[in-house]
Amino acid sequence: MGAGRLYAAVAAGGFRRYATYRAATLAGVFTNTVFGVVLVYTYLALWDERPHLGGYDQAQAVTYVWLGQCLYATLAIQGGGFEKDLMERIRTGDIAVDLYRPADLQLWWLASDFGRAMFQLLGRGVIPFVFGSLFFPMALPTDVTSWAALLVALLLAILVSFGIRYLAALSVFWLMDGTGINQATMILGIFCSGMVLPLNAFPGPLGDIVRVLPWAAQIQMPADVLMGKTAPLHAYVFQATWAVVLLTAGRLMQSAATRRVVVQGG
Amino acid sequence: MAETTRTSEGAFLRHPGDGELPRWREGLRAYGMIAGMWIRSSMTYRASFVITVIGNLLVTGLDFVTILLMFSQVHSLGGWSLPEVAFLYGLSATAFGISDLVLGSMDVLGARIRDGSFDTLLVRPAPVLAQIGADRFALRRLGRITQGGLVLGYALLHIDVNWTVGKLLLVPMMLLCGAAIFGALFVAGAAFQILAQDAAEVQNAFTYGGTTLLQYPPAVFGKDFVRGVTFMLPLAFVNWVPASYVLGRPYPLDLPPGAEFASPLVALAFCALAGLAWRAGLKSYRSTGS
Repeated sequence: MGAGRLYAAVAAGGFRRYATYRAATLAGVFTNTVFGVVLVYTYLALWDERPHLGGYDQAQAVTYVWLGQCLYATLAIQGGGFEKDLMERIRTGDIAVDLYRPADLQLWWLASDFGRAMFQLLGRGVIPFVFGSLFFPMALPTDVTSWAALLVALLLAILVSFGIRYLAALSVFWLMDGTGINQATMILGIFCSGMVLPLNAFPGPLGDIVRVLPWAAQIQMPADVLMGKTAPLHAYVFQATWAVVLLTAGRLMQSAATRRVVVQGG
Repeated sequence: MAETTRTSEGAFLRHPGDGELPRWREGLRAYGMIAGMWIRSSMTYRASFVITVIGNLLVTGLDFVTILLMFSQVHSLGGWSLPEVAFLYGLSATAFGISDLVLGSMDVLGARIRDGSFDTLLVRPAPVLAQIGADRFALRRLGRITQGGLVLGYALLHIDVNWTVGKLLLVPMMLLCGAAIFGALFVAGAAFQILAQDAAEVQNAFTYGGTTLLQYPPAVFGKDFVRGVTFMLPLAFVNWVPASYVLGRPYPLDLPPGAEFASPLVALAFCALAGLAWRAGLKSYRSTGS
């Protein structure tokens, strides 16, 4: 009970931290909207040439674009969430203080990143999505169940996204500098999440591969759940499996790091 | 003796017109020195530098991979073939890469204003624009130019064009004017950041958003959208208008004859406007005082 309150407070702190930068949030909303418009036009041209590419019709492809823009910051697809802070703390040695705290390192950062994600979803994600639905034809369900199903898929996507970035952050215990790993996280995130093209429109074996990687849990799965392209249960099992694998790997890496690695600092 | 001193001082003070050229040169010199400093500092960690160049190449290459993925499913996009889209892409990415190399650090301006270090730039005896442009100058940005140039090379080998002297000259012209237009966007964005300090991302919508949209044929976009990008924010003159002419493709809008050669004028006007915006921004600057 006490522990639950602690992590709730950390999550609230994460939410408020990002809520402070109102101009930055507005700027982000604007940028996501502009990119959404550009992407929508290119997708419409693509689906004009190849109707039903990846099993989507045009309205569904448009919906995919706006959901992607909505989740871009929420899931920190190109990085830039808690992991930058954590990497910096590992690099400077401040992590030693964190490890002394009577709180679990992984849960602490998960709570903080969850707060961030919630703010990004509400403050930055909703407006581009609503804009898209007002100005472009979208395939949105009208029943409450589909939206509730999306919500569950989103929660699982947030877990997977955290799991990936937690591993990236902990690697700095060995690498000392996060520049390279951040770049890799960014490239993999943008490409394998299906930010550039829905994963089910990827050709041949490449498509088969990206569709089973953990990044598929981030945008592709929520989009398919929302549009009824996949049974929610199937998506949940896929997402939850990756979440468990990644979070367990994070746990193992954390204990390896705290046992074997000498903390940096003077 | 005293007379001479006064004259020379007077000349310096009284003829700002004479001072313009030296000030230009002074700016370039300051730019060169600051950029050189950042290059030397990044070269200290050679391995890290090589990795970031490769990473930069990969990150910027993702845009083209997207186009390749699309063309793995279709033979044309908006009626344009892959080499033709690659032509647009190469021009847009290379022009953007040049301006990104020269002025790409403009987005740290907001951070500098917030933490108060912008004041330091104001008291230094060098033009602020040169200082902020060269701030964190990063040679790794050559990655984007290289990658854009490779795609452009591929496109030039594969497009089917009846080359004339005019069309041939248009290619380097598009790169130069495109870089100038994007550069003006960076400067205007920096001016905007003086007003709205932590809204650096708005700039990304125009710069990164601009280069992304110019990678696709104009025919793909809605007419109103193309109109906005042609007449309001003249990004279309980076490549859309001249490249449509080179490829012999009709532009979705009716343009006056000669528009395909108008990029230098547009770039010049746009740079002048951006310069004015920058001056106005600089004048309205109030230090955070913390």
